[in-house]
Amino acid sequence: MAKMVLEFEKPILELEQKIEEMRKYADNLDIADEISTLEKKVDQLRESIFSNLTRWQRVQLARHPDRPYTLDYIRLMTEDFVELHGDRLFADDRAIVAGFARLGDQTVLIMGQQKGRDTKSNVYRNFGMMNPEGYRKALRLMKMAVKFKRPIITLLDTPGAYPGIGAEERGQAEAIARNLFEMSHLPVPIVVVIIGEGASGGALGIGVGDRVLMFENAWYSVIAPESCSSILWRSWDYKEQAAEALKLTAADLLEQGIIDRIVPEPRGGAHRNHEMSASTLKKILLEELKALAKMKPDKLVEKRVEKFSKMGAWKE
Amino acid sequence: MPWFRRSKENITSEGPKKDIPDGQWTKCDGCGEMVHKKQLEQNFFTCQKCGYHFRIGSKEYFEILLDEKTFKEIDTKIRSIDPLTFVDTKKYSDRLKESMRKSGLNEAVRTGTAKINGMPIVIACMDFSFIGGSMGSVVGEKIARAIDLALKKKDPLIIISSSGGARMMEAAYSLMQLAKTSAKLAQLSDAGIPYISVMTDPTTGGVTASYAMLGDVHIAEQGALIGFAGPRVIKQTIGRDLPKGFQRAEFLQEKGFVDVVLHRKELKETISKILKLLHD
Repeated sequence: MAKMVLEFEKPILELEQKIEEMRKYADNLDIADEISTLEKKVDQLRESIFSNLTRWQRVQLARHPDRPYTLDYIRLMTEDFVELHGDRLFADDRAIVAGFARLGDQTVLIMGQQKGRDTKSNVYRNFGMMNPEGYRKALRLMKMAVKFKRPIITLLDTPGAYPGIGAEERGQAEAIARNLFEMSHLPVPIVVVIIGEGASGGALGIGVGDRVLMFENAWYSVIAPESCSSILWRSWDYKEQAAEALKLTAADLLEQGIIDRIVPEPRGGAHRNHEMSASTLKKILLEELKALAKMKPDKLVEKRVEKFSKMGAWKE
Repeated sequence: MPWFRRSKENITSEGPKKDIPDGQWTKCDGCGEMVHKKQLEQNFFTCQKCGYHFRIGSKEYFEILLDEKTFKEIDTKIRSIDPLTFVDTKKYSDRLKESMRKSGLNEAVRTGTAKINGMPIVIACMDFSFIGGSMGSVVGEKIARAIDLALKKKDPLIIISSSGGARMMEAAYSLMQLAKTSAKLAQLSDAGIPYISVMTDPTTGGVTASYAMLGDVHIAEQGALIGFAGPRVIKQTIGRDLPKGFQRAEFLQEKGFVDVVLHRKELKETISKILKLLHD
């Protein structure tokens, strides 16, 4: 598959390629010193680019087509995953994958929006945009997790809930609202992770939990920067400004008290190393679940409601 | 001799205009007829000819719904700040000031206690005239506190929604108000206290995807636009025209998401009847 390279990644990748080429000849020529100098240089370059990313650049990283998706995390973190389908009411929504699996030595319900990597798979997954039946499938399985007393892990990665005729006919708003309502008081631990794009109600619809984690280069907000630009600036051209204004990065949201913890990404972003991204997340998830397992269910729910009740900024 | 002769002058735009006193008449957006304001008010701000429901605010709803002099407003001091120093074509802080000045309101929702036909209730009513009835931190917090009060007093809750959705200028803070209000409603529901959601034109976006769609009973004013995504966005996405009546109150009832569609004049008696059945 052709690698997609973002504009600001180019200088890094060019240098990396150069080093790679030099290595091929390293056996015959004495250029080890040169290589290590270049390696240092690429590290510095990466450091300087990645420590100064604009918010829009992070949005681009969050949408990188090589970024690990829900199924990648499930494959790399868990064992014995069994995918379960359908909301038992209307259909199965392929924009969300859900099922039970082993994480470490425990059974968890793990689910998340799933994007495709090419046109065909994106059409199949509806670009990770859920319909009401997706939210209802999620809720059906969450209730099953309660029944069998298993913790829930949700992975958020969606450009938004699907805005279509059928979605409206089947109650997109009601389906999301119902999930917020129910998730707020499910008596099992819920850990939410924003792995890529967290666009608005479509993401939040599976995003109410005891702990909300977020990957370093993910974004989460009330609206996508492009849509925000089109509404407030009445033009699609102000997405960079909109991204800045929305303060939608993991660091921003930690400061706003909306997420609890940032999941660090491998150097150069999660798409550069799926295995490392997944092993970091797995380690953190196990830590979080261990801490939550100590809490009694009613205390858990009380704390969860309290957590979301505090969110917001006002004066009086 | 010509077959016919023009007996009247040509019709021109220069004829004498009818003398319409400014501010006494208004045009109905439904049928285009001129309606006298006094008549409009007597008719619950609906057009007598076509039934079109004019958009009204909390002041009018409280007058229509609540027993006289029973409304006691709460949380009047809470104000929006500009936590992200948000700037688009305008500063959010300026937008807030301007909206306050223009609408005479402090925020997009007013909350309080009152009585409906003698029954004590807690009520919240949104104002579309304040930044499109958008929900930011203050709207979410005021709704949450109204729910807390209903819980404490064990009185039924009524929320009248009118909103374009979550407020972009507070970004993720606004989004979290969906979770906050829904979580509070779950507590109210567990306590067995009735909540009636009234949806008026328009109720869309984050408000629909949270408290508006979580009532025990859903009432919608006839013809009101209710949905998650706005019609423009859907049209853009699917690339064709939307069916007639799509996302209107009657459509939502047909699809099973609204219990009662009514004319505004029936609102008070309908709410009162439902509350008496559920909460006595």
